Amino acid sequence: MTSSSQKPASSAQPEVIDESEIPEEVVPKEVGARDAANWAKQITELSVTDAPPEAVNLNVTGRRVVSPIQGFGRMWQKTYRVRIEGGPSPAELIAEWKTNFPAFWPERNNFYGPLTGIAPGEVALLNLAMPGRLRLSTGVLVLYADEESFTLMTPEGHMFAGWITFSAFEADGATVAQAQVLLRANDPVYEVGMMLGGFRKEDVFWIHTLRKLAAHFGVEAEPEKQVVCVDKKRQWKRAGNVRHNAAIRSGIYALGAPVRAVAAPFRRAGG
Amino acid sequence: MITAIEGGGNMAQSALSMDVRRVGERVSIVDIRGDVTGASEEALTDAYNRATSSETRAVLFNFEQLEYMNSGGIGLLVTLLVRANRQRQAMMAFGLSDHYRQIFELTRLDDAIGIYDDEQAALAAAGVS
Repeated sequence: MTSSSQKPASSAQPEVIDESEIPEEVVPKEVGARDAANWAKQITELSVTDAPPEAVNLNVTGRRVVSPIQGFGRMWQKTYRVRIEGGPSPAELIAEWKTNFPAFWPERNNFYGPLTGIAPGEVALLNLAMPGRLRLSTGVLVLYADEESFTLMTPEGHMFAGWITFSAFEADGATVAQAQVLLRANDPVYEVGMMLGGFRKEDVFWIHTLRKLAAHFGVEAEPEKQVVCVDKKRQWKRAGNVRHNAAIRSGIYALGAPVRAVAAPFRRAGG
Repeated sequence: MITAIEGGGNMAQSALSMDVRRVGERVSIVDIRGDVTGASEEALTDAYNRATSSETRAVLFNFEQLEYMNSGGIGLLVTLLVRANRQRQAMMAFGLSDHYRQIFELTRLDDAIGIYDDEQAALAAAGVS
């Protein structure tokens, strides 16, 4: 909950005005929602601006975001938490997490976010480590962000369809940092990959991140994990999502690297 | 009526209340008032349980008095949708402001949750004339 949700306290007696006495032209047709600034604006396709030259953008521009509804595999809710005793307030923790988001990730995993930081509507490129020294090129949309949480949503072709919410709250005198993923594997290839070690790798990823986040605040703490299978059914009608599979496309891109290296001087010479 | 007070620690206290109305044996309406966040799980689940029976074929969520929703609230709607699908029920929404309608579209919930302007239109879609 953002601080903007707090009702202003006042000891003064409010002046009571009969609504019928207010001229129609000063009555707003729809009061703006108080969470409006926290959500990304509506978009149909993702676009990336100002990506650094080393970031590979194969599978983000032109893609739509996908919720768990559009995914293929079983639906999982995975929650990772770490208690940070004597640490910052939830708002301070989230501000720090937003600012240094990539710094807490495991090595060889790159998050190329906008210079302005994590804010609703921003798109970040991800270049992630895969087996065999391959790099998976994908991205995320910052779907929602307030003072005590932010949510990233995945595009078509990502390993999973869904979102991950990072939040902080107080519990028993400590600040708890939490990463909660609601996901389905995006297609049958990813579903098999997740069962053959992908889920374990994801656990390692977020536990590493939370451990490093706690260490950033000078606390050595072991994160805990909770896993719930929300839906055991696979959505076979979504099997065609495989056409966007970012891992397959990234693999093909990697195989083409020698050809691109040979062709590069000719491309430069040709202007 | 189901009422929940959400929040803890230094979080703002915000109320969520829900009424459940049955329209015949096959359709129920859940009237939502207040804030829907990740902390609303118990209240939403209770309301959904009250709204459903073995005969229920459609659950309509009335968002006319929704005051605030964050991504945690959207996640809860997805998990309720899974439960509804499992029980072969349609899940519908009406009374969304333009802002929340856009959020349903952005998060692509509108692929699976039918969105209608008002109660009359939602009831008609649910087969209640």
